[in-house]
Amino acid sequence: MKRYFREISVTLALGLVLLGLAGFAPAFYQPQPLLSLATREAPTLVVACGMVLVIICRQIDISVGSQFSVCSVCAALLAARGWPLAMVVPASAALGALLGAVNGVLVAGLRLPSIVVTLATMVTLRQGLNLVRQGAFVNLPDSVQWFGLSQAAGQWTLVGAALALLVAFGLAMRHLAAGRWVYAVGTDAEAARLAGIRPQLVTFLVFVLLGALTGLAATMNLVQSPQVQPMVGAGLELKVIAAVVVGGVAISGGRGNLWGAFAGLLLLACVSPALTHLHIEAYWEKAIQGAIILLAVVADGVRQRKQKF
Amino acid sequence: MAAASPTPSPLLSLRRAAKSYGGVRALRGVDFDLRAGEVHALLGENGAGKSTLIKIITGAHRPDAGEITVAGRTLDGLTPALAQQLGIACIYQSPALFPDLTVAENIGLRLEPAGAMRRVDWGARHRRAAQLLQQVGASIAPAAEVRTLSMPEQQLVEIACAIGAGARIVVMDEPTASLTQREQERLFTVVRELRAAGVGVIYISHRLEEIFALADRVTVLRDGQSVGTHGLNEVTEAGLIKLMVGREVAQIYPPAESAPGEPVLTLRGVGCAASGVHGVSFEVRAGEIFGVAGLVGAGRTELARILFGLTPADAGEITLNRERLAPRSPPEAVARGIAYVPEDRRRHGVVLEMPIAQNMTMAVHRRLFPGGWLRGAAEQGLARDFIRDLAIKTAGPDAPGGSLSGGNQQKVSLARWLATQPRLLILDEPTQGVDVGAKSEIHRIIRQLAKDGLAVIMISSDLPEVLGMSDRIGVMRGGTLTAVLPGGSPAAAVMAAALGQNERPDPA
Repeated sequence: MKRYFREISVTLALGLVLLGLAGFAPAFYQPQPLLSLATREAPTLVVACGMVLVIICRQIDISVGSQFSVCSVCAALLAARGWPLAMVVPASAALGALLGAVNGVLVAGLRLPSIVVTLATMVTLRQGLNLVRQGAFVNLPDSVQWFGLSQAAGQWTLVGAALALLVAFGLAMRHLAAGRWVYAVGTDAEAARLAGIRPQLVTFLVFVLLGALTGLAATMNLVQSPQVQPMVGAGLELKVIAAVVVGGVAISGGRGNLWGAFAGLLLLACVSPALTHLHIEAYWEKAIQGAIILLAVVADGVRQRKQKF
Repeated sequence: MAAASPTPSPLLSLRRAAKSYGGVRALRGVDFDLRAGEVHALLGENGAGKSTLIKIITGAHRPDAGEITVAGRTLDGLTPALAQQLGIACIYQSPALFPDLTVAENIGLRLEPAGAMRRVDWGARHRRAAQLLQQVGASIAPAAEVRTLSMPEQQLVEIACAIGAGARIVVMDEPTASLTQREQERLFTVVRELRAAGVGVIYISHRLEEIFALADRVTVLRDGQSVGTHGLNEVTEAGLIKLMVGREVAQIYPPAESAPGEPVLTLRGVGCAASGVHGVSFEVRAGEIFGVAGLVGAGRTELARILFGLTPADAGEITLNRERLAPRSPPEAVARGIAYVPEDRRRHGVVLEMPIAQNMTMAVHRRLFPGGWLRGAAEQGLARDFIRDLAIKTAGPDAPGGSLSGGNQQKVSLARWLATQPRLLILDEPTQGVDVGAKSEIHRIIRQLAKDGLAVIMISSDLPEVLGMSDRIGVMRGGTLTAVLPGGSPAAAVMAAALGQNERPDPA
């Protein structure tokens, strides 16, 4: 109970918001807008799955937004050339994995601080993309839209895929030795090394995994609109990191899980529609999200201070 | 040579100073006096309380009881700022200077009045630094960055700071540990000049010959108590060693019962340039506890790190069960049947946030979880077995490591490595910071493991522990094994070997 205090409190907060909406703004619970909301958030959830691993490993990756843009544009160009989605999706994931590997090599191989490395790759990727593309949009063939399915079916596919990945990663972190390694490295890399775990390899792999998931998420976004603009992933990193932190994953590593990050993501995602339905000005959205993040960080700080002995 | 001037009131005096850390009593009522114009040596084995005493004098720690009189003021304790104000300066073994600032900037930071908006007079700062450096006989440019200086040069900068601050009391903590003979001579000259100027110097060193060459008086600490202050013309080296170790062995150690079996581990001329270990040869047999004694910095942990593949050997030959052993990483060493319980379990042993069961299985994932799937039942079973066998006091396998006492944490750390089913167990300070009760339990467990046929290497700074537990004792000094003594050797013999004394002290 005490161990999962943060996950439980985020879930309770989410429950309270949903309950409050049921009371004051029942219009929130219309199936079609809800499905649209879930669809919009599905790619973010997929990136968050990878970010949870990276942060538990006591690292961070702020270049995911730029990775997302690069993968989106490249995937869109391939699709525009007539590649089938069955090839575009893995290609985009592979490109993402490659970008993640660059971060991984710099962080794990050269032991550079991840915040600086990924800041550099964030800017480099973003500016490189602007330079090459000059801000040009890519028009997508109709067959890409919702995988060529009906809109509803496409939306359900995306939401289903994101939830399946969440469950898969949740189970893996709990039931695979590899998941245990991520926690061990994030808590005490030296103890892990003495115990025969290879901290540098684990660190490298979580960056690769996050990159691959980001590439995948880019295609999940791609199928939702008729064209792709190059700024598509801007600000994604903040959204993802906020969700993960609100969900109780400790930025100092070694603690947290996917369920918490999922609840954190939903909580932050509910703010905007909730304001709409409660007829509150949309300017409040960012302020409220900021307050939620601050609250989560304060809760972690208090918790850690109590644990000092 | 003894301070001849009859000083009515000493520069500094400590009365009944006591300090405990957790349950460990580091100082239990120590009296200590420092006169003006004397070099007063402080001597004692590892953990005798020397560093605690220094920390009280420099204000880093507050004593639990007792009082300090400095410059006519009697206080319950000092703060670092107050100590500085009262003219106390400390020169550490590795100086605490800012490496990226220049010498003049470092000196200025210490000596110039603080004030965020104060304008820096660069000319005066450099002139003053140059003058102080000249006073300590150092040819160092004030504009040099500290990181470009050698260790002894940095020490001289520290001493210059102390002089510039008008220090009346200078504490030197093993200042010669990293110096060459010539650098040492220069340092001695500076110390003698300080003494001539009426400064009181507290001098800590493990090198007896240095103490005899430099000091006027010596205070010997043992188990957190002072066992006497003597003029150096009154004592001999052998007498000092006896003072350092002469104690009743307060604890009963479990006896060795079985005769050791086949040699498990053999080292021939093993060395590693990177960690300063060289020419180590010994063997350890199955069922034997091989104790490794020596002073802090003698290379004991470095030796363990070689055997565990953390800093691979680059010289000599190691064999394990008659096969050549050259581990290049911990997993390789574990695969060959070596387990290493590191010192400082708080940092690299038990992961405090992790449940006990997960802590215990950390090194056996591959064996316990074939295919990479965690098997909760196997993990819990293993944890329950160890909790029972090692009598670990805990709420259960899911309690976090941080919820346990030091002794029980050490047992969890031990369990992690026993789970690898090793043939050679290396223990580094197995009972450091553990209370007396848990200590004898851990001793009993270690003896039982040896009886079960394990070869055990036990590194320890706790002399009675080494003497009481070991079947044979290897003594290390300066990165190499200088002596192998039979178990039950007199403490003075082990201490003499650790200090590098050739002549045997007279028998107790």
